[in-house]
Amino acid sequence: METKEIKGTREHNGLFRHEYMLDISGLNKTYPTPNGDYVVLDDLDLKVKKEEFISIIGHSGCGKSTLLTMIAGLNEISKGTIIAGNKTVKGAGPDRAVIFQSPSLFPWMTAYENVMIGVKQVFAHGSKKERDDIVKYYLAKVGLEDSMFKKAKDLSQGMQQRVGIARAFALKPKVLLLDEPFGMLDSLTRGELQDVLVEVWNQEKITAIMITHDVDESILLADRVIMMTSGPRAKVGDILEIDFERPRDRAALLDHPDYYKYREHLINFLEH
Amino acid sequence: MKDKSISILKFIGLGFFEPIVRLAAGEEVKKNLTELIKKVVFPLVSIFLFIILWSVGSRALYNTERNYKIETARTSGGEAAVTAELARIESGQSTINSLPAPGAVWEAFKNLIADHKAISAKKEAFYERVSATNEKLAAQGKKEITYTGRPSFVDQVMTSLKTVFAGFILALFLAVPIGMVLGLSETLRSSFNWFIQIFKPVSPVVWFLLVYMIVKTLTLTYDGDVSFVISFIAVGLCAMWATLVNTTLGVASVDKDYINVAKVLNLSVGQKVFKIVLPSAFPLIFTGLRITVSVAWMVLIAIELLSQSPGLGTFVWEEFQNGANDSNAKIIAAMFVIGLIGFLLDRIMFSIQKLMTFTEA
Repeated sequence: METKEIKGTREHNGLFRHEYMLDISGLNKTYPTPNGDYVVLDDLDLKVKKEEFISIIGHSGCGKSTLLTMIAGLNEISKGTIIAGNKTVKGAGPDRAVIFQSPSLFPWMTAYENVMIGVKQVFAHGSKKERDDIVKYYLAKVGLEDSMFKKAKDLSQGMQQRVGIARAFALKPKVLLLDEPFGMLDSLTRGELQDVLVEVWNQEKITAIMITHDVDESILLADRVIMMTSGPRAKVGDILEIDFERPRDRAALLDHPDYYKYREHLINFLEH
Repeated sequence: MKDKSISILKFIGLGFFEPIVRLAAGEEVKKNLTELIKKVVFPLVSIFLFIILWSVGSRALYNTERNYKIETARTSGGEAAVTAELARIESGQSTINSLPAPGAVWEAFKNLIADHKAISAKKEAFYERVSATNEKLAAQGKKEITYTGRPSFVDQVMTSLKTVFAGFILALFLAVPIGMVLGLSETLRSSFNWFIQIFKPVSPVVWFLLVYMIVKTLTLTYDGDVSFVISFIAVGLCAMWATLVNTTLGVASVDKDYINVAKVLNLSVGQKVFKIVLPSAFPLIFTGLRITVSVAWMVLIAIELLSQSPGLGTFVWEEFQNGANDSNAKIIAAMFVIGLIGFLLDRIMFSIQKLMTFTEA
């Protein structure tokens, strides 16, 4: 993976450029088709501060997932740049951990092995004991201390996604990318897992970008909600700052008067 | 105990014994009785019907041939010839080689086993006799005397199993690595597709001839068992295609999510292949290997028959050429043995497959 140091140039808002954990500028994604180019994303700019949690909502097919996979390095960038940490994104890497929509665990491995395979890559220099501690710590964090050594295929969808969360956090990434992580779960499990995610995130404060369809989910988790316009040529349509204090609590949020204001704002955007 | 034996039975693919175990434990008698009837009694009835049909059929065939012989005698020599022919049929001088009756096959089977015991005893006696000489020869560094008598039926079954096993190992070590390489590289896959498509449907007989041409030349100076070498290579080459195609498919169609995870984790090529691609292709590879074993056992008979390697194929062919009174019965007995062994091999592969692979919930 090629790396490029970015000099700290002062931006108009007073932040040094490198204080952004993620800096996307002029991003374009074009798929060539027999009927000419299909532009999914066009000239998209987005800056994410360190320890910021942003969520991206938008209609299906607007290019949210395309954006996320481009940040992850799993999808080629047609034009523009993405700088994560202070490295230009070229290909995938464990500094940008992904929690996929389907848990994508290796079904023939145990939960423990699924997390360990990543930890081994990132903490190759650490001792065996250290790695073991890291894996067990994160699996316990997501509530799997009793099922660590079960094969992934024997775990329920919800449990599998817990392992997915543990795997991503255990990599100690600079940026955490969540691609509709709870989209395939029933609403009860989804709630549980959102709470797990909030709890782990509160301790780790890893810069996170989450794609979601779920308005409530984005209010619960995000500092800013990015609303994307419908494709083709999708870009950032509107940004909503969610000004709730952290750590957040689902029940308290629901009683907060601002909650419905935020909710209305988001739903209005999606409906127009 | 009960649950354990049931799970073992299910594991080796004999799940139909489950109701018997449950009944023996006195559990849900009514439900298990119905299960028993469905899974055990009905199959037994069908076996019984099969044997009846076979009996009746073989009797009819026997009579047809017998009547034909009598009629031929009558037209050529009148009533006197008929009596003479009848006497010859009775005494076994004039053989009626039609489909043997189940009883005759059972007799032939017992004879084959008895024959095996006799030959084994002879063999043992022989080795006892020459053991002193053999020790001397071994001390002098010379070749020991081996028994060169006729192999028994069981010996032939063993040779066949050895051939199939060697052929299977050859297929495994050819097809799995090649399949993996082809599965990983689309360029290679499309470059060698013609090869697979053309050679896959080639008949076992032709494979045998091809192997024969090559091995015969290569082994001109080799004084070992060339016919065994030829037959196991031919069996392996015939049978490997299912594994080759399945491995290629399994490796090429690894879930894209797994590949993405591997990319995010920056796994090395070796890790990707051995930790992710191979295990995720295991179910398909094993399905291929199971087909390979079945095919190997199936083509073995034809190939042994051609190569004169002393196995079941040769046994069947020799009995057919022999044309003795009980030859056909022996052939049918061999047929059942072949079928049963094929079934057992498949069960063994099935158990290994279950043990080795994951199944997605």
